Amino acid sequence: MGRIELKQVQKKFSDIEVIPPLDLVVEDGEFVVFVGPSGCGKSTLLRLIAGLEDTTSGNIEIDGQDATDTPPAKRGLAMVFQSYALYPHMSVRKNIAFPMRMAKLSQDEQTKRINAAAAALNLTDYLDRKPGQLSGGQRQRVAIGRAIVREPAAFLFDEPLSNLDAALRVGMRMEISELHKKLDTTMIYVTHDQVEAMTMADKIVVLQAGVIEQVGSPLELYRTPRNKFVAGFIGSPKMNLIEGSEAQRFDAHTIGIRPEHLLVSKESGEWKGTVGVSEHLGSDTFLHVTVDGFAEPITVRASGEVDAYFGDTIYLTPNPDLIHKFGADGLRIS
Amino acid sequence: MARAVSNKTKTINTAIAGTIGFLMFFPILWIVVLSLKTEENAIRAPLEVLFSSDWTMESFSTVQARSDYFKHFSNSVIISLGSTFLGLLIAIPAAWSMAFVPSKHTKNVLMWMLSTKMLPPVGVLVPIYLLFRDFNLLDTRVGLTIVLMLINLPIIIWMLYTYFKEIPGEILEAARMDGATLREEVLYVLTPMAIPGMASTILLNIILAWNEAFWTLNLTAAKAAPLTAFITSYSSPEGLFYAKLSAASVMAIAPILIMGWFSQKQLVRGLTFGAVK
Amino acid sequence: MATKASRSAARLMISPAVLLLLGWMLVPLCMTIYFSFLYYNLLQPGSGAWAGWDNYYWFITDPSFTDAIKNTLVLVSGVLLITTIGGLCAALLLDRPMFGTGLIRIMVIAPFFVMPTVSALVWKNMFMNPVNGIFGRIVTGLGFPPIDFFGQYPLASITFIVSWMWLPFATLILLTALQSLDQEQLEASEMDGANWWNRFFFIMLPHLARAITVVILIQTIFLLSIFAEILVTTNGGPGTATTNLTYLIYVSSLLQFDVGMGSAGGVIAIILANVVAIFLMRMIGKNLDA
Repeated sequence: MGRIELKQVQKKFSDIEVIPPLDLVVEDGEFVVFVGPSGCGKSTLLRLIAGLEDTTSGNIEIDGQDATDTPPAKRGLAMVFQSYALYPHMSVRKNIAFPMRMAKLSQDEQTKRINAAAAALNLTDYLDRKPGQLSGGQRQRVAIGRAIVREPAAFLFDEPLSNLDAALRVGMRMEISELHKKLDTTMIYVTHDQVEAMTMADKIVVLQAGVIEQVGSPLELYRTPRNKFVAGFIGSPKMNLIEGSEAQRFDAHTIGIRPEHLLVSKESGEWKGTVGVSEHLGSDTFLHVTVDGFAEPITVRASGEVDAYFGDTIYLTPNPDLIHKFGADGLRIS
Repeated sequence: MARAVSNKTKTINTAIAGTIGFLMFFPILWIVVLSLKTEENAIRAPLEVLFSSDWTMESFSTVQARSDYFKHFSNSVIISLGSTFLGLLIAIPAAWSMAFVPSKHTKNVLMWMLSTKMLPPVGVLVPIYLLFRDFNLLDTRVGLTIVLMLINLPIIIWMLYTYFKEIPGEILEAARMDGATLREEVLYVLTPMAIPGMASTILLNIILAWNEAFWTLNLTAAKAAPLTAFITSYSSPEGLFYAKLSAASVMAIAPILIMGWFSQKQLVRGLTFGAVK
Repeated sequence: MATKASRSAARLMISPAVLLLLGWMLVPLCMTIYFSFLYYNLLQPGSGAWAGWDNYYWFITDPSFTDAIKNTLVLVSGVLLITTIGGLCAALLLDRPMFGTGLIRIMVIAPFFVMPTVSALVWKNMFMNPVNGIFGRIVTGLGFPPIDFFGQYPLASITFIVSWMWLPFATLILLTALQSLDQEQLEASEMDGANWWNRFFFIMLPHLARAITVVILIQTIFLLSIFAEILVTTNGGPGTATTNLTYLIYVSSLLQFDVGMGSAGGVIAIILANVVAIFLMRMIGKNLDA
């Protein structure tokens, strides 16, 4: 239950090819995150799986059955929208009951599931309120509740946390992860926030301009990015990418080293530079260093104790085992 | 201004604005006063009128006693409600399809429909008059209802279109994901959300039809004349008539004033065709 | 939701409206154009011969035509001037904080909802009657000889009445536009040292420019067709002093029964309105995002 396969799925809007033919497998029970910059096609892909858009060509299979021409109502999937899309004229109870009403479930069954969902999501006190009377986080939970009671083959989340403030986002992230562990149902989650992707996913799909750049577990993407794009997208702050003579020293067109893999010293090191902006968070220190001979400044993550400020001379040494090498085509050189 | 303003400033503003509001509203207020006076008192000097002691409802009863007043009042009601209802019947499917299944022609069609409202009625006075004459539609409520429906149809379609577009598409998609068929989607989700917009449209259209004063004057005589035409019979060059005219006018405009109170926003939306937000 | 089936369903749903409006536009319009080229008088049976451009020629060269055009221009520009400037002032005033905003707004807006015939009769009799009207009494009270407003200043009187009716419309539109102005813009300009006049001239007015244009265009289209107020107060007189183009065509068509001439006039009126309509449609089109 809940295995979704995309075979050569292509999407064109008028004559613009937004998603070139694409293959993807989502295994049953996996938490898969589609991540990428704005306009990369992740939401479109989600909507194709949901059935809210028609594919231009290619097949979508759900649990082995071809669902390419099945209308969204019949695919057995549930979707949580970015704007929650709650029915404003219905109470929370009626909102959550709606899909069950459409499926013509018995009153008893409906009540049972509503109460269970409300208990799981802390909504029992709000069942008779209307969406307009709820906070953002509460509305989010109602939207999730409405999806849960359908007992779908898979959950589809379209940037559900974008409209919440930062503190709420962290909390909801954990709740959704816990929900996944509890329900053990496939979840496909779209976000542009790579932190959400890294913390929640079993498998991440990195997209750019409709093309899958890489598929893998969070750590795989972190440790062995397939190309410069994935290397620069995953990991915060971004990986430092260095071209020119320094890269040639390592027999590569571009080398990459993550800010957290650079050793910092005031006395000696491989690269000498001057500190520009320095950010002291207490737990960490982020230094933006202009290194002699490098075109772009280097970002370094050091411990909170490090004591470097604007204008100081500083030495950086990259950890040689953790240098990533890329060819002229942007692909990884092993 | 988001900043707190002193009570003194507020009072000054209120005084100035209140005066202007009072001056604008005065004619309406005045006919209400006159309608409650006897004819002899109604034509006296204004202050005398105001402070003369006799208040009476006799003008209202005189007006209503004229059996044709009630008939013409009901003509107004019938053509306003009739043209609105007829218009809705045609406009709802049109607006629905343009809002939810737009094509690349939708914008042009909508603009064309709006442009028909800009046709000066006098340009088609002759043919309409002749057609009505030949089809025995002159001085009939049916004929008038049809014309009023046609001239206001663009506005009804336009307003419904804007209200339909305001319904977030995602909510309709959520209904689809929740397993609703098209019928269920329209019935349980779309319609309840569209009702306030439809109510506003109905209100505005009733107002426009009730007050219409070109076709109602030219296409009617004695039988189908609504209040716009009929009110003229209350002003005669000889004889006292101020109180009666006032009473008749008050009864004619009261329903619309009340509706107008509720429909200010709709007025802006409906009559500027969205060019002003 | 844009599948083939729903596309054809959509086309079906929109067709009654399109057909009706198309019919409403084309049929009478073609008839008007056709009649304008005929010698067609309802009182003379057997008329209907081809007139060529004669109707147009006689309509335009008739002295009442020049009067009508002049009056139309005076009427429309007079009302536009009063309502636009007055509406702007009223909108600026109503935008300020005060007590009883709701009530004051209703009082200012109310005239627009009074039917034109009632409004015209009330003004003519209760206010502008030289003897018994309130304006009349004010004039004599101040010691002047009584003024017959509709006799001596007929066009101005009508302009006044129509302005009273349309001022609320302009006020409402401009107020709505004013209230959509971002308060932060004004606050930023205050920080930049702008006084009220600067703020009005450099920020509010440009923001309102669009709304003012819309008000002018829409009102023009409706004001070209002023009819009821004239019919009920002066019947176009004295002479042709208050005859506008619409009234002239009415007289020609329904009073003199000269359908041919009336139609020619009608075509001219349509062309005139079209010029304004083109500008208005462009403004609407810019805002439409179908």
